[in-house]
Amino acid sequence: MESFSLILAIVVITALAFDFTNGFHDTANAMATTISTGAMKPKVAVAMSAVLNLVGAFLSIEVANTISKGLVDESGIQPEVIFAALVGAILWNLLTWLVGLPSSSSHALMGGLIGATVASAGMGAVHGDVLVTKVLIPAVAAPFVAGVAAMIGTRLTYRLGEHASEKATSKGYRAGQITSAGLVSLAHGTNDAQKTMGIITLALVAGGALAPDSDPPVWVILSAGLAIALGTYLGGWRIIRTMGKGLTDLQPQQGFAAQTSAATVILASSHLGFSLSTTHSVSGAVMGAGLGRKGGVVRWSTATRMFVAWGLTLPAAALVAALAEWVTGFGAWGTAVVAVFLVASSAAIWLVSRREVVDHTNVNGTDGADDSAEGAATPSPAAAGPVTDDLAVTIPAQSDPATAATPAATAGASSSSAAV
Amino acid sequence: MHIDWAALGSVFGVSLVATVALVGLFSLGIIGLSKRERAAESGGSAVLATTTAYACFAACAAAVAYGIYLIVA
Repeated sequence: MESFSLILAIVVITALAFDFTNGFHDTANAMATTISTGAMKPKVAVAMSAVLNLVGAFLSIEVANTISKGLVDESGIQPEVIFAALVGAILWNLLTWLVGLPSSSSHALMGGLIGATVASAGMGAVHGDVLVTKVLIPAVAAPFVAGVAAMIGTRLTYRLGEHASEKATSKGYRAGQITSAGLVSLAHGTNDAQKTMGIITLALVAGGALAPDSDPPVWVILSAGLAIALGTYLGGWRIIRTMGKGLTDLQPQQGFAAQTSAATVILASSHLGFSLSTTHSVSGAVMGAGLGRKGGVVRWSTATRMFVAWGLTLPAAALVAALAEWVTGFGAWGTAVVAVFLVASSAAIWLVSRREVVDHTNVNGTDGADDSAEGAATPSPAAAGPVTDDLAVTIPAQSDPATAATPAATAGASSSSAAV
Repeated sequence: MHIDWAALGSVFGVSLVATVALVGLFSLGIIGLSKRERAAESGGSAVLATTTAYACFAACAAAVAYGIYLIVA
């Protein structure tokens, strides 16, 4: 903690803010299926996920130093570059949360790092082939692999369980879903909380506060774990709703098959040397489970919007980060402008989100059973009308900002830099 | 550009086999439990079904334990 400059403090705080957005962005990965099938009460589900994320953060520090290795040249990276990268990643996470689309926080972070590095060191600093092998191919492969596994799993469990009794089925699948969701949460904690630890450590090394090749200090591990757990607990209800109800209608059997497939893919990929994104795996698994049930449907319009968001994640975060890096290049006041812009646009996104609140009371739409169980006490404005209408109406309504989001963000970023 | 197709292929294969095996085992366990329930309703007991069910669930629990081991190690 010696020689802690102001910019370093800002980077650490921004990194923790990113960790927080990562937490609430990715709660859906672990808990959307469990919540939408009613296996767990929404609040209980996110609390369990938060605890497991926190536990996961302490389990190992192996991933912590690998986030930026290979993708960008680390030599000569400045704290300002990391700050700009985080700004891009946070804004993208918030925008996709606002429109309720799951997208990979890791891609946002990588995009931010690439954009900021290019702006500070030129195109040569980015390794294009690593981009393809680490980002593009996994993004296509993950939903496919998880989707096929979940689809076959779903078919199998429906066929086997045709004559099973109601009671054994509902109790059994409930336990199965909770277990596989727990595994995903734990894996997420070990991976994603450590990414933030890696970023903070990288910044501390870059800023000269830590010797190169240091392990993350204890306070970094602790604060990163707490930030992601807090974000997870507050729950990205908008994304949970899309993943659990928007892509397809999940029954317990499907939720179980999807979550098991996702957990397997995540563990297999991280231990067989071909890393796949959690978000992409879970989304693919949910769609696969939707296709696996007789009469099950996947809402391809929602899925398409999600795929578009995936494609935009990296370039959008990169663009915002590059602009932020350019502005910070003007010196201390440039950094201040970017910091103010980040806080102001985050606040603006939050204010917009208050127009149509999605929380634990209406995360499952107005499905009759769920309604009487959870939402009856506080019917929200969004919860008017039958569930199909609700989904059909609200999600397309949100798609406008989805497509307008990137231009808006970059326009916002450029107008702020133009104002400078 | 080096794309590790072998690693991707093994991720695909392992995920597919593990998912289907786990889901299958779990479903068999549930079938066993529901057989036991029916037997209990008619006053009998289904020892074989119950044993199968617990064996299946034990195998699933072992897989979960292995998963936690992979995460921790």
